[in-house]
Amino acid sequence: MTSDQAAQGIDDIEYEKPPSNWTLLWGDRMGRWGIIILVVVTVLAVFGPMIWPFDPAAVGEDSSSIFQPPSSAHWLGTDELGRDVFSQFLMGARISLFVGIMATLIATVIGAGIGVMAGFFRGPVDSAAMGVTDFFLVVPALPLMIALAAIFGQNLLIVIIVIGALAWPRTARIVRSQTLSLRERQFVPRARSLGASNARIIRTNITPHLLALIVANTILVVAGCILAEATLSFIGLGDPNRISWGSMLHFGFVSGAVGRGAWWYFLPPGLGILVVVLGFTLVGQSFERVTNPKMRGGA
Amino acid sequence: MTGGPAEPVLSVEGLEVHYRVRVPGQRGKVTARAVDGVDLVVHAGETLALVGESGSGKTSIANAVMRLIEPAAGRIVFDGIDLVPLRGRALRKMRPHFQMIFQDPFESLDPRRTVLDTVMEPLVINGIGESADDRRKLALVALARAGLTPPERMGARFTHQLSGGQRQRVAIAAAMILEPALVVADEPVSMLDVSLRAGILTVMADMRDRLGVAYLFITHDLSLAWMFADRIAVVYLGRVVEEGTSADLIDSPAHPYTRALVSVIPVPETSRDAQRTVLSGETPNPSAIPSGCRFHTRCPLYRELGEPARCREVDPMLAEVHSVVGGHRAACHFIDQQGVS
Ligand code: SF4
Repeated sequence: MTSDQAAQGIDDIEYEKPPSNWTLLWGDRMGRWGIIILVVVTVLAVFGPMIWPFDPAAVGEDSSSIFQPPSSAHWLGTDELGRDVFSQFLMGARISLFVGIMATLIATVIGAGIGVMAGFFRGPVDSAAMGVTDFFLVVPALPLMIALAAIFGQNLLIVIIVIGALAWPRTARIVRSQTLSLRERQFVPRARSLGASNARIIRTNITPHLLALIVANTILVVAGCILAEATLSFIGLGDPNRISWGSMLHFGFVSGAVGRGAWWYFLPPGLGILVVVLGFTLVGQSFERVTNPKMRGGA
Repeated sequence: MTGGPAEPVLSVEGLEVHYRVRVPGQRGKVTARAVDGVDLVVHAGETLALVGESGSGKTSIANAVMRLIEPAAGRIVFDGIDLVPLRGRALRKMRPHFQMIFQDPFESLDPRRTVLDTVMEPLVINGIGESADDRRKLALVALARAGLTPPERMGARFTHQLSGGQRQRVAIAAAMILEPALVVADEPVSMLDVSLRAGILTVMADMRDRLGVAYLFITHDLSLAWMFADRIAVVYLGRVVEEGTSADLIDSPAHPYTRALVSVIPVPETSRDAQRTVLSGETPNPSAIPSGCRFHTRCPLYRELGEPARCREVDPMLAEVHSVVGGHRAACHFIDQQGVS
């Protein structure tokens, strides 16, 4: 049977393995810069406080040690109590990243969960889920965060939960629309006809196709969560016992560092936030581009 | 087969599938009657072809039979059990017995899975087989049966490495591994290169002979139905307008619609008068089904007979056409007046 021989012949062609997402990301100029930024910041945040000799909380001995400009001992000078600013900066990076990432994990679980359910089950489930999502999307986030932080007190866990609980609607919307189109693909009715339950279809047929999208979105959400933490801490609603970049800015302002021109106190955390947000945004957008074949083709 | 040939494996009674659709120029949504009262019977080991143009409702019938969409009315009796009221686990327990081969093997199989995993999946889902090794053996047999040889080598490939014809063989192997009594095949070769079609149909025919599976074969191609099916049901605008054995239906079509379809089949033995009837106009929209006989807006006989009011006013039911074997029925008020002129 010649047609069969023709069919069999095709399987002898060597198929090139498609490059992994990470390879593509590294090949993308923006993505590469983003990765470099994030790696540097992460290394600083994780190892910096272990290596740098000063305790961020150690108060200076006398008035001569306050608001010292940068020197070879104190790279970023000292603050209004004579504490080393660079050690605060390193510790602040830790807290900012930690809060940003943890809040994002919460947001992703809530957002992806609601999005998949809404898109997969449609109908009343969808209406209810999207009603809640739209509410959270239009509700002014900052006043609500302020109110929640004021009610539930100021510690790191509360800050994480509050930020995470407000950061999910975008994820839910994106995941929902992708799920809506995935459920129309023929492999879904096929799985159903084989006897697969809804739970199994979501787990084995829908979720794997959402992963790239969720990862790209998650990276972007981290940037937003870090900004949210900085904002909360800046207006004095963060955890008062933890140093974050936001709280450094807060104390920089209330201590009068700005008025005294002590730029080494408020400029580093500000730039830190800027650079980290930029890093996550670059990686996130680049990841979105390289994992979305439609966008990739247009380049 | 305990019930003998008279025992139907599938009988569909009064099936209706409705969609709510938006119509331009009209406010709100209207009901489109995609399937509008269909009765079908498929006997064990038999192939019934459902032939119709796109928009005829044939795919909706297939999806309703597979319980992938909810019918608005009717019964779908499989092996004596009405599937329509079944939900959840009760329905899933029945599913292995009726399987589907989908139209597009590029869409229906997960490209990131190996062939072996794809064919083993139905066993995993339904908890069939003692062990993974057991399932592996069953899958290898199924692959060989579907003409994917050597099965060990083919099984190790990813589905995205296969050609369309090979993928469809994988889909067939996966559907057949559950040993279903009925397989609904929705245009199983229409996406494939013409040169590969015969191979796929041969495998399907082989499964029918060896495993005794019955097919509900959905196609737009009457000549393909004629070649592959024991019986044919012609669907027009959500209704069966004619059914009979393939030979009867092709040799002596009774309904004007079937006659038009048959007249344009390229026939090898050109004994038949070469008068081709090409239908004018489009199939009407199922949200606005014509009154009386739904075919009257396009029916050549209706015009030939001087547009009798009966065609516009009375919906014709399927009625027996005189034939040698019997079981030949058509829905037309003027069956007997064909070709007299
Ligand atoms: S009933 Fe009238 S309109 Fe309908 S098929 Fe027969 S002749 Fe044509």
